[in-house]
Amino acid sequence: MSNQDRPLSPHLQVYRPQITSVLSIAHRATGIVLAAGLLLLLWWLAAAASGPDAFETAQAAVGSFLGRLLLFGWTFALFYHLCNGIRHLFWDMGRGFELDTVSVTGWLAVGSAAVLTLLAWVLAYASMGALR
Amino acid sequence: MSLRTPLGRVRGLGSAKEGTAHWWAQRLTALALIPLVLWFVVSLIVMTGAGHGAVAEWLRNPVSAVLMLLLILAGFHHAQLGLQVVIEDYVHAEWLKFALVTAVKFAAVALGIGAAFSVLKIALGG
Repeated sequence: MSNQDRPLSPHLQVYRPQITSVLSIAHRATGIVLAAGLLLLLWWLAAAASGPDAFETAQAAVGSFLGRLLLFGWTFALFYHLCNGIRHLFWDMGRGFELDTVSVTGWLAVGSAAVLTLLAWVLAYASMGALR
Repeated sequence: MSLRTPLGRVRGLGSAKEGTAHWWAQRLTALALIPLVLWFVVSLIVMTGAGHGAVAEWLRNPVSAVLMLLLILAGFHHAQLGLQVVIEDYVHAEWLKFALVTAVKFAAVALGIGAAFSVLKIALGG
């Protein structure tokens, strides 16, 4: 069948990272991270269904420093995947392929994700009365 | 160099009539997840720091429970479709690719049903 020894091209590592390629692989990476996040969602729901004691354990783990650090990362992954996913949906409709547009919408996706992440966390802390 | 015709080589490999089904399902679930995820994040913000009682009360609301079930369905489906593509892109050993894709699909169904059952247990007063 196919010849396994034939030369492979292109070699990704010789290319300078560009906004297009970096955001593309970031979309995939955040997708994998979010799939892992579904395990946290399942744990949280199962703990809530098990009763107050199990739920307290889950809440304590999520509320710990490490838990909050992970949750912050997940929040950014979620908003980035959401914003960049909308960018993908526009591409699927054949829009936004001009090079300058691709660059602008790419930075827009990153910026929106950062703003939404910070906004969500500020509102969450405000919601539990920590900012008063 | 094979002397077989192109048609002869592809015969028996299945039709291409469902070639876009995976792609389309990925897009439809993506579209559904936009409002569902935003609703879920807002709900979590409102419930930050709240105890078991508040979360249980939230899920006993039929609207919350149904939206949560939709989020679980669309989320796990979208995730397994995406992970399948990642595996197919990077894993080239046929047996390992098959094993991983199968494991991801089984896990998505099992864990998704686990999450949905948890929601229903609370929603229906368990």
